[in-house]
Amino acid sequence: MPETRMLLKNAEDPALRTLAGYKGYGGYATLEKAYKEMEADEVLKELEDSGLRGRGGAGFSMGKKASFLPRGEMDKYLCCNADESEPGAFKDRELMQRNPHQLIEGIAIAALAADAGHAFIFIRGEYDSQADVLDAAVAEAYEAGYLGESILGTRRDLELVVHRGAGAYICGEETALLDALEGKRGNPRLKPPFPAVQGLYGGPTLINNVETLSNVPHIVRNGAEWFKGFGTERSPGTKVVSVSGCVRRPGNYEVELGIPTRELIMDLAGGPAEGREVKAFYPGGSSSPVLEAEEGLDLPYSFESMAEAGSMLGSGSIIVADDSVSIPHMALRTARFYHHESCGKCTPCREGTNWTVKMLERVVRGEATPMDLDIVASVQENIIGHCLCVLGDSMAMPVGAMVRKFRDEFEDVIAAASEGAPAVAERLPVVQGAPETLGAST
Amino acid sequence: MSPVDGIGIDNPDLPVDRAVTEGRVPDRSPQEVPELHEVDCPPELRERIEELMAKYPDRKSASIPALWAVQRLYGWCTPEGIRQAAAVMRVTPAYLESVASFYDLLHTEPVGTHKVAVCTNISCWMRGGDQLLDAFREAAGEDVDFFVTGFECLGACDIAPMASIDERYFGPLETGEAATAIEQLRAGAEVLPEKALEKRPLPGGPDA
Repeated sequence: MPETRMLLKNAEDPALRTLAGYKGYGGYATLEKAYKEMEADEVLKELEDSGLRGRGGAGFSMGKKASFLPRGEMDKYLCCNADESEPGAFKDRELMQRNPHQLIEGIAIAALAADAGHAFIFIRGEYDSQADVLDAAVAEAYEAGYLGESILGTRRDLELVVHRGAGAYICGEETALLDALEGKRGNPRLKPPFPAVQGLYGGPTLINNVETLSNVPHIVRNGAEWFKGFGTERSPGTKVVSVSGCVRRPGNYEVELGIPTRELIMDLAGGPAEGREVKAFYPGGSSSPVLEAEEGLDLPYSFESMAEAGSMLGSGSIIVADDSVSIPHMALRTARFYHHESCGKCTPCREGTNWTVKMLERVVRGEATPMDLDIVASVQENIIGHCLCVLGDSMAMPVGAMVRKFRDEFEDVIAAASEGAPAVAERLPVVQGAPETLGAST
Repeated sequence: MSPVDGIGIDNPDLPVDRAVTEGRVPDRSPQEVPELHEVDCPPELRERIEELMAKYPDRKSASIPALWAVQRLYGWCTPEGIRQAAAVMRVTPAYLESVASFYDLLHTEPVGTHKVAVCTNISCWMRGGDQLLDAFREAAGEDVDFFVTGFECLGACDIAPMASIDERYFGPLETGEAATAIEQLRAGAEVLPEKALEKRPLPGGPDA
């Protein structure tokens, strides 16, 4: 099955980054329609009816979330979460780099629906080049009257600020993002109150992912019914899926939700190198429980089917491990990330990630016993649900799944290493071909 | 060395952020908001931070952008730079230092002019990110102009193994290209033009 490009349509055209280029493809016509001809409630209803689910990880209904914001005269805010930092995810980078105005138009329309007068794009500091693209696009949009005071002569105002983070995965967590945006260290907050009620500067705040907001102009232009024509009943629309790891053509592919996962991995991304087989994959970024090839490849790629399989669609980022990859080493690599990124506020996460790394290091050095694997598993269970945010859970879910599903391999690694077998290097080089080089054309 | 090292050893009565360590001798407490005339803030830095503060409903929101401005000016978040930003923002240096020390990209110690961050996370690891990091370290050697570091996922698994070189992404890189990149940086030449992320098309081809 080929791709179904909606958000990435015309993305090969470098002119799409400019206001003129974007308008050439019909851009900003929807903003004009929404601001001049529609009531805020109509826009909100369209978003709710579309069933658009958040593309950042949780998959919550975007329209419903927007409807949670109280009405009234108080200052309300919209934050676009562009802090994409989960291992395996690189779709927002593509969307911002290639089509920044689509995002800006989506933000402006969503701000109308949520009655927000101030909007922010919180972009991770590492995406300096993409932030430059956004800065230029925002300046053009102000110049053309799509942002600022009295947008297109209406009584609506919207200020939009591109805010660069400074390197902390935790800031992708919505309440930590708010703290970072308020100029503090990025620590998550206790919920409730949820940001929709009390968020940025204490005001009602709508927080959505880049891809979610990029969908908004398409929905408002074509209507909720049209949007529901794509994807499955419970996962409508298309999804930009980042596929990486042991595949021949890693990259972003936009597909209708619900296509067989096998097509994404084997056809679009080209599958593993010659002579290799898929062993397992993370279906939704490094925080999703890994699926073995036989249980996962034939599942439809949708929110509901991944949840039914005990995993999740998350940010829609597939990392493929072929049969040359050592799962215990992959578990260690995963745990190290969360250990490094834990903000330290909650004990189960701060200590749990730390001890998990130490125990997995013992495993790969052959110093562990099989009983230690039970302890690793139990530590994961004691993290889940016990912290202010899900950073700790994000390690516990995949690591727990790896220990459970590949226990034999963990035991083999321990046995081999303890018998003095040439120590499986902790920094294991995976033998496989480099990704196919794509011609540099654009 | 962090500013709080050695706390309580010589003088247990000293409050934590009044600790004075080598190379960091504030003339006033980091708990007090410094006055502008005390800090000798370059006018361009002051203007930049004031401009940043004006963009937000609350001036404190400008703390990360202000620290970026300090880092761009001095190469890292120097104690003097932090005091200057604090004076302009009307916050304490201790507050800004607490923010700076939280984030990986803000440096509270001196670093080389050229920053190379090599991703060592899952997808890059699978394709040789560790070996690439070693190659960059070897190529840069002891040269203090270079700050080479392993980094958590940079959001470019499609070009694994990859590196962020002076805030621009390059990949997929062969280990041999590390030395080429370092030489190009030394010579002031364009770095690995064939491997720049910006030049890469979508994998599915034009509107697949």
